[in-house]
Amino acid sequence: MSDRIKGFLHVAGRMLGALFVTLALAGAAAAQQPIKIGFGMSLTGPLAGNGKAALISMQIWAEDVNAKGGLLGRKVELVYYDDQTNPATVPGIYTKLLEVDKVDLVVSGYGTNVIAPAMPLMMQRKLVFMSLFGLNVNSKFKYDRYFQIMPAGPDPAVDWTRGFFEVAMTLNPKPQTVALVGADAEYPHLALEGARTHVKRLGLKVVYDKTYPPKTVDYSPIVRAIQATNPDLVYLASYPPDSAGMVRAANEVGLKARMFGGGLVGTQFAALKTQLGPLLNGMINYEAYAPDVGSKFPLLDQFLAKYQGRAVKEGVDPLGFYLPPYAYAMMQVLEQAIKAVGSLDQAKLADYMHAYEFDTYVGKVRFAKNGEWAIPRMLTVQYHGISANDLELWMKPGHVTVLYPKEYRTGSVKAPYHENKK
Amino acid sequence: MSNRLFAVVALAVALAIAAASQLIANEYFFSAAYTVLLYVILATAWNILGGYTGYVNFGSAAFFAIGAYTTVALFYAFKLPLLVTIPAGTAVAGLAGLGLGYLTLRLRGVFFAIASLAMAVVLFTFVVNWDFVGGARGAYVLQPSEVPFGLPRYIHLLYSVMVLMAALALVVARAIEKSTIGRGLAAIRDDELAAESAGVPTLKLKIFSATVSGALMGMAGTTFPYYLSYIEPSSAFSLSYSVNSIAMPLIGGMMSWMGPLIGAVLLGTVQQLVQVTISSAWNLLIVGVLLVLFVTLAPNGIMGWVEAWRQRQKR
Amino acid sequence: MEISPALLFNAIIAGLLLGGFYAAVSVGISISFGMLDVVNIAHPAFIILGSYIAYIVNSQYGFDPILVAVALSPLFFLLGMALYRVYYLCFEKRGQESLRGLAFFFGILFITEVVLILVFGVDYRTVKSVYADTTLRLGVLDFPLRLVVPFLVSVAMVVGIQLFLTHTFFGRAVLAVAQDQLALRLMGVNPVRIKQLAFGLSIATAGIAGAFLIVIQPVEPSIGREYIGLVFAVCVLGGMGSIWGTLLAAFVLGLAESFTSTFFGPSWAPAVSFGLLLATLAFRPSGLFGR
Repeated sequence: MSDRIKGFLHVAGRMLGALFVTLALAGAAAAQQPIKIGFGMSLTGPLAGNGKAALISMQIWAEDVNAKGGLLGRKVELVYYDDQTNPATVPGIYTKLLEVDKVDLVVSGYGTNVIAPAMPLMMQRKLVFMSLFGLNVNSKFKYDRYFQIMPAGPDPAVDWTRGFFEVAMTLNPKPQTVALVGADAEYPHLALEGARTHVKRLGLKVVYDKTYPPKTVDYSPIVRAIQATNPDLVYLASYPPDSAGMVRAANEVGLKARMFGGGLVGTQFAALKTQLGPLLNGMINYEAYAPDVGSKFPLLDQFLAKYQGRAVKEGVDPLGFYLPPYAYAMMQVLEQAIKAVGSLDQAKLADYMHAYEFDTYVGKVRFAKNGEWAIPRMLTVQYHGISANDLELWMKPGHVTVLYPKEYRTGSVKAPYHENKK
Repeated sequence: MSNRLFAVVALAVALAIAAASQLIANEYFFSAAYTVLLYVILATAWNILGGYTGYVNFGSAAFFAIGAYTTVALFYAFKLPLLVTIPAGTAVAGLAGLGLGYLTLRLRGVFFAIASLAMAVVLFTFVVNWDFVGGARGAYVLQPSEVPFGLPRYIHLLYSVMVLMAALALVVARAIEKSTIGRGLAAIRDDELAAESAGVPTLKLKIFSATVSGALMGMAGTTFPYYLSYIEPSSAFSLSYSVNSIAMPLIGGMMSWMGPLIGAVLLGTVQQLVQVTISSAWNLLIVGVLLVLFVTLAPNGIMGWVEAWRQRQKR
Repeated sequence: MEISPALLFNAIIAGLLLGGFYAAVSVGISISFGMLDVVNIAHPAFIILGSYIAYIVNSQYGFDPILVAVALSPLFFLLGMALYRVYYLCFEKRGQESLRGLAFFFGILFITEVVLILVFGVDYRTVKSVYADTTLRLGVLDFPLRLVVPFLVSVAMVVGIQLFLTHTFFGRAVLAVAQDQLALRLMGVNPVRIKQLAFGLSIATAGIAGAFLIVIQPVEPSIGREYIGLVFAVCVLGGMGSIWGTLLAAFVLGLAESFTSTFFGPSWAPAVSFGLLLATLAFRPSGLFGR
């Protein structure tokens, strides 16, 4: 092939590329009337189950708002793309939302992995960034317009794990030794770091402190190794697949400890609750909501009913006790801030959100200076009385004892773990 | 066109494109183009060992991640800027290619392919356990607030750097293709035994090819931490880099330097568009199906079609 | 941590049980790669496919997953034969198998994974079997049935295949195809047909191994990728074309992973199999029992 043609093809290729993109841009609609709220969400990938649940909640919110006449006299419209739970897609998605779709407001996707890559963009454009469940993202960026709806508390890693250890210290006699174990991933690492600060503060002795790769096949060697150290407490921080694996292994090996659990992601959703059923008895874990404290969150029932109806149809978590109430609450905060400020001015919104308290379905929400919750509210609970792998059991009170924080307590911890598995 | 002339032309075109692009107001173009250019480099690099030499590398993601994590490590340790970390990352990735090649290229091509996959997993496990670069928790590399050369936003700088690196990769690929080394590699690809008997230093050439290929793939990864500000092992070692770096040269045509360019621009742009229109799981399906279709029906890719069409025209 | 005898013995048991499972997963590659020289990188995709089929039937009708898989293995056999036909026509016949054949199977692996994601989503799936939550305890030794049952069936399957290969006509034809195709042709047997049957057999084993997998652990579509290295590691370590080698290598790998997990920390376990593979390739490419 002659060199001239080669050169031509070279340039032509580049021009074709540019043409492609220009055509794509030209397709951007110019409808400015509704208030557009843009975000990426995990609709595929490892966290898709939660992502889809969150999306349903946000859609319910948009419908509720529009039914009441909209926001500032305009309808709200959600504009979203699938981020595949993959950080690499995030800058592209948010740039497109802002530049091409011209959204008025942005919120985050689910999880640190997709929140962090969006931060530089938010900081550059000075946008209010309400985010959904990422542990301690803002400690690196120190962005003053970042807000987090996860009720971990102002020092997320430490507050997240406080419940477990506070409850542990109520045991009599006081525990002495602790085993720390978790998956090789961002959330468990952070949680375990938080756990270590409590361990140091309380003068406990660490007898096991290791992580495992998330896709381990067999968890029994790990549990056995833990057992060999005879710990009083076993704190586990895990994601759904290994949460299931570790719980199974603990039952198989017959783990003996005074308290076991603490930071398992996954048991908050229906799938794992039904799958593991009685294997969860006696375990300590965190929950965002339980029917046992339903009376403290009065408006939540009707929302959950609406959510649950849709979730079943779309094949998503039918309980909705974890992300959905908070995804809805996050939008409520924005809604109330916008109404109070009377505009979409990002600076005014940020100031308002830092200063005031919000009334949401998950109770009163107030933000600390770093955008995290001023007061932690994750519930530390103990499971008991699960007799079968039946979802119905979990829908009613009686199987989840809330141990911490004080305002939500429904009972005290039953120890040791291995003697309370009924 | 001699290599020197081509290099000058490529550099000029690259600078022209980078400069002209500054006129594009829409920032989304830069994010999307960054990813497409990344694939241009990866595909071109892969093709040096794959298309030219005939050895399939399944571990492109590992070399890419080496480049990315070298940037992270040097940033954390000494706060070194991109200017330093790019050559450093390229060198480290090149060393990895050299090492892998030295260990496994004495054996059949199949073993090299499997070993490249194994290397990717070993490296992934190593990075996950290496707390200094954040391990599984990930590492934050914040974009500097002042952008050099008076460019408006940092993404513009990243984009321009990628355009230049893409041009560099193409120049290197073309230089190899047209040289005696390239002819030796082609001989290895067509029939290694015959090449060896004809006196071609097959092992040396293969190792050279693996080193250059690995180095360029690492180069593609060096700016990645800045693009995202946050990098963690699962996404850095993502299988989609490996699959795309095989699919793109296959679709574009593996025989020359233009094939990977065409394949990357086409497939990369399609993927970017699909990502923000249809669901992105379909994105991956498209890549897989195209890969299989092209490999069975059009083994020489688009360039092959063009060649065949021109041959018919000549008659 | 004190290394009690209980810990040690349980690590050994877990390693052996796991090893049996790894043998079932790899025996197919031992046939397709070790004997037929077909680099079927997509083998794990068929394992996962087997897992999902077992899951579907189990969740609809409650049948035991392993029985389901064995009953449905003829389907996988036919699938394997069809796949080989395509591979042969497009690649082997044209002498293009090294590069393009590999890329082809890679594409198949990818497509299978993505289709499973589109159909089933990324949630983990498990099966309910009568033995899944029971553990036999002999003193301090634990034998979780979740691992024991697949182990027993795996070993039976592997031994069965070895006997098939050495004692039946077709089996010996397969061994012959691995050694000398021309001689086989001269004896009036069509090597392509033999290879087709053998490849079908390898895919059938993948389907059954899938049932083992989903009994042992929850399954989601992208798990297949982790097994690519493992199956090739076992095959290469054991020596190409040797079923006994595969079995032994699988036990070695299972024990290595179990020991690493228990005594050094589970986060290094994945590096074990791949590290072993790299070491084998670098220093003894013919493996333990290789030709």
